[in-house]
Amino acid sequence: MAAHKIKHALFCALITLIISYPILGLNLEAQGINVTLSGADAGTLMLVFLAAVLVFLFQLFRDHIMGKVRALPFLQPSQREAMAENKRARIESWVITGIVVLALFWPFFVSRGAVDLATLVLIYIMLGLGLNVVVGLAGLLDLGYVAFYAVGAYTFALLSQYVGISFWMSLPIGACLAALFGLVLGFPVLRLRGDYLAIVTLGFGEIIRILLNNWTSLTGGPNGIGGIPEPTLFGMEFGRRVKGEGNTSFHETFGIAYSSEHKVIFLYLIALLLAVFTALVIRRLMRMPVGRAWEALREDEIAARSLGLSRTAVKLSAFTIGAFFAGFAGTVFASKQGFISPESFVFLESAIVLAIVVLGGMGSQIGVILAATAVTILPELAREFSEYRMLVFGAAMVLMMIWRPQGLMPMRRMHIELKGQE
Amino acid sequence: MLEVKNLSMRFGGLLAVDQVTLDVKEREIVSIIGPNGAGKTTVFNCISGFYRPTGGKILFRGQEIQGKPDYKISRLGMVRTFQHVRLFNSMTVVENLLVAQHRHLNTNLLAGLVRTPDYRAREKKSLERARYWLERVGLIDLANREAGNLAYGQQRRLEIARCMVTEPTLLMLDEPAAGLNPAETRDLDQLIVSLKEDYNVSVLLIEHDMSLVMGISDRINVINQGRPLASGTPEEIRQNDDVIKAYLGEA
Amino acid sequence: MQDLLYFSQQLINGLTIGSTYALIAIGYTMVYGIIGMINFAHGEIYMIGAYTALIAITGLATLGITWLPLVLIVALICAMIVASSMGWAVERVAYRPVRGKHRLIPLISAIGMSIFLQNYVHLAQGSRNIGFPALIQGGFLFGSPDTFQMSLSYMQITIFITTLICMSALTLFISRSRIGRACRAVSQDLGMANLLGIDTNRIISATFVIGAALAAVAGLLLGMYYGSIDPLFGFIAGLKAFTAAVLGGIGSIPGAMLGGLILGVAESLTSGYLSGEYKDVVSFSLLILILLFKPTGLLGKPEVEKI
Repeated sequence: MAAHKIKHALFCALITLIISYPILGLNLEAQGINVTLSGADAGTLMLVFLAAVLVFLFQLFRDHIMGKVRALPFLQPSQREAMAENKRARIESWVITGIVVLALFWPFFVSRGAVDLATLVLIYIMLGLGLNVVVGLAGLLDLGYVAFYAVGAYTFALLSQYVGISFWMSLPIGACLAALFGLVLGFPVLRLRGDYLAIVTLGFGEIIRILLNNWTSLTGGPNGIGGIPEPTLFGMEFGRRVKGEGNTSFHETFGIAYSSEHKVIFLYLIALLLAVFTALVIRRLMRMPVGRAWEALREDEIAARSLGLSRTAVKLSAFTIGAFFAGFAGTVFASKQGFISPESFVFLESAIVLAIVVLGGMGSQIGVILAATAVTILPELAREFSEYRMLVFGAAMVLMMIWRPQGLMPMRRMHIELKGQE
Repeated sequence: MLEVKNLSMRFGGLLAVDQVTLDVKEREIVSIIGPNGAGKTTVFNCISGFYRPTGGKILFRGQEIQGKPDYKISRLGMVRTFQHVRLFNSMTVVENLLVAQHRHLNTNLLAGLVRTPDYRAREKKSLERARYWLERVGLIDLANREAGNLAYGQQRRLEIARCMVTEPTLLMLDEPAAGLNPAETRDLDQLIVSLKEDYNVSVLLIEHDMSLVMGISDRINVINQGRPLASGTPEEIRQNDDVIKAYLGEA
Repeated sequence: MQDLLYFSQQLINGLTIGSTYALIAIGYTMVYGIIGMINFAHGEIYMIGAYTALIAITGLATLGITWLPLVLIVALICAMIVASSMGWAVERVAYRPVRGKHRLIPLISAIGMSIFLQNYVHLAQGSRNIGFPALIQGGFLFGSPDTFQMSLSYMQITIFITTLICMSALTLFISRSRIGRACRAVSQDLGMANLLGIDTNRIISATFVIGAALAAVAGLLLGMYYGSIDPLFGFIAGLKAFTAAVLGGIGSIPGAMLGGLILGVAESLTSGYLSGEYKDVVSFSLLILILLFKPTGLLGKPEVEKI
């Protein structure tokens, strides 16, 4: 074994010790105004030491190990022979229809908590699909997507509080207002280069959050807004008592016993409907001229311009449509929670939605749906490790970028039959 | 149809293009030649609107276009290719051709969502045009491949087809033969001539391959160090002393 | 007179904060200048620097060592070593494997790294904010005690001097040393530098290490200035510093300094004359405005689009 290899491995092990021992091994404790230092327990110290040894061994046998890892089958680009295109498309659409039908009946057989979680999954699916337009298709890095989500949620909360507008009225208003925000922000900033766009959208997201936090007279500040009404079904409410004027209650109309589950299931079904609507609309947009233009601009902006595509119009349309669906999701979210505060619209939320798009495979709708489900459900399953949730989440983002940057389900091009139509 | 008068382009202290004048008439193939770094591509970039020229006039069918945004110039019927092929690499070959026909997006957003008959007819027409041009340049069998996976020569042809589906009146080709083998160059030669003969397109060409230039050009402009050196028919250029000196001097 | 004193006070406060922003911004701007990526985890490195400094200070106090210069120097060195190692490791683990891929990929990797580091410290040290001892106290007072008194604390003076020393050292390093020259070469043209036999991997690592060390200095200074730290303390400061880097023209080191100072002053003037809650709104709006009128920042070089 070459000496420089051992030297390098030792160096890496030393670095591991330096970055882990002070932070993990020495704990600061606040006692009143005094701060004291205490050593961590033996287990932690063992772990730190073990980590250093592992790094040493890994660096020493790096080439060997990496060779083995690269040979793992799931890291290989898929070699499968593509099925006949139309056959594949047909199978795919059957599978999707099957899943949607299952999703329709499923909530009647499971617990209330599961349905609630599923509603959240659907909200994230909407957000993911919307951001997929902006990032995955148009290639515009938007780090402040959560701002549009907030606009949708707050629009509903405020309208219902001050004007008494219902969920159904608020849904299009919230979405359009979010789209308007997207348009107004997008117009000046979209001519910026990619990385600047990222930071400007991030700043915009923060501005919105700070405004919500500090405009106490309107938004209630950090205390948020409560008492947001649930959706109604043709004027029927799902609460035990009717709140709105002229409304009837669902359980009385149908003469069934009141159950708090009705409301949860109804909300879930609305979210499902809207998620399916979102998926279908965006799917169609993707196959329309505007969708192809988004991708063209992502692929090569100069070539796109040389063919007569207006950079501003194309980018703006992606940005606005993405914002529109975030507003959609925001309205559903506000209605589901019944209470919103700026806490729900922090940068981390934008990062999670971005992670969904990337993990799923940029541009791929099925991938985004899968990733949204995984990202929402996995942490819930691992409740006992909830402390480590975000740690693992961050690490997973990094590892995914290193090993499978194309995502779980990379986007597949649509096959266009040309010869058959003479 | 295209008239360039005293075009100048300055980058900071560098005068990259100095008082270049040229013109292209209907159904004509005009070439720009000159040593590397002579400013040929800069002239192209000015004409196609990527750069805003610092001096001079550009008229396209009598309309002044200097300083107009690139996409608007392209919509007037003047499209170009690039020295280094620029395709939409992860899109399929057909999609590349479809995108090129999508200039007016906003008007049919709703029409497309509900798929009105009018919208469908238009889509069918652009698909038909794409199919026609794929056959014309011999890429029909590769229609659903990703453009980035094509061989270099095929990419060049696709780029030209992508211009042609926009039904231009003036086609600007920036070194279309670069990187092609002799057989491919001959095909290209025929294709360009046929664009003029069969589709009534004028061509403005930058090229290094002298046999190609001399063979197909109606007129040639020579640029050296940003300045016009000579212009005339291939025969005149071949015998021009300045041109010979410039080329020999460089070699 | 009183108004002038009040204004000068805001200016001093702003320059203090601004110079620490500048220190952090250098890390962003150098990395961006060389490999064209936003090192999103840089704010976390700065936070780790602050934590390490506090750990060192508390440790020394436990041992009974309280001689101020020694405490400060030991804390500074510890913070710089740990933060630099962290910067080196982050580049090695999360950025090098994805270098040269589509530009979104390194950025997302960096966002993941930022979330990871935040929670790493959160798990190890708890999420509550911890008091940072005010080691340097006292200062000068100007103006009469019955009206407004402007204060210039020794802490603020320390911040100015330290920043000045760091900046001069960095400027000298970049312009004179071998590695500094190599850094400039790599930021001009990475591929060409590689061909000329410069070990670009080493230079990129060096950039991360230098940026992290400066961030650690800022961590110690700001920790003492604010008086408390928590694991989220890096995120917003990182964001500000990045804003400063973009404001000044990303990739340009003098730009980062200028951007930091402008941002700090703008914030403190907002706090002083409008309301402290809106200072972040003002700084981000400033960023958007500057980018609109000068997309490459104040000192950034205009770019000609390559076609």
